[in-house]
Amino acid sequence: MSSNGNKKITIIAANGSLDQAYPPLILASTAVAMDMEASIFFTFYGLDIIKKNKKLYVSPIGNAASPPPIKGVPIGVPNILGVLPGMTAVATMMMKSWMKGANVASKDKLLEQCLKFGVRMIGCQMTMDVMGVKKEELIDGIEIGGAATFLDVAAEADITLAF
Amino acid sequence: MLKRREKMNVVKKLDCKGMSCPEPILNIKMTMGQIKSGEIVAMEATDPGSVNDMASWAKRTGNEIVDQKQDGKVFTFFVKKK
Repeated sequence: MSSNGNKKITIIAANGSLDQAYPPLILASTAVAMDMEASIFFTFYGLDIIKKNKKLYVSPIGNAASPPPIKGVPIGVPNILGVLPGMTAVATMMMKSWMKGANVASKDKLLEQCLKFGVRMIGCQMTMDVMGVKKEELIDGIEIGGAATFLDVAAEADITLAF
Repeated sequence: MLKRREKMNVVKKLDCKGMSCPEPILNIKMTMGQIKSGEIVAMEATDPGSVNDMASWAKRTGNEIVDQKQDGKVFTFFVKKK
């Protein structure tokens, strides 16, 4: 717990596909709305979530739970077709249209809300070096830190999650 | 029940109809910043998950849901700021 008695949550975001971007952003912003303190540590592919003007995709390959493309017709896209050029764009477009249909906020809007609500957003320096990501490529309001930064935050946290 | 509502100090209405998780919770949080302690906001939502979400949010934040009703698909929560 923090000194003011509020609960703390810290989340590791290590994946950069569109579907994996949602849980950390939703949970962190909601946590602040519930009077908790929230932080997200973006590492490896998760850095893509906080890149400026970065479009995220969802892959149709190897996702057994991917819903069939035509509603009401229980036939999924075979993996062999998923490897064709353009299929990732198609799968991404489909997911975005489902999300829009369910009135789910966009990734960019959720990011904006996290920053507005004061979620502490930390980019992992080591993986930025590995992936060749410069701080200027990240959106404004991101801190930079390493494993010790995360562990210091996590040691005080009541909830720690990784995506 | 109706009489009780008439007596309530509802100072603001918040329309969260059509919004999905977590937007209603983020919106009620922002609205709390705009009203005074003891004042009540009437929030409307259509997300069925908001029934449990609002109860959990109120429990965590100490704000009170003094009344709630369902009219078809629309849930109305009367939230009193702590």
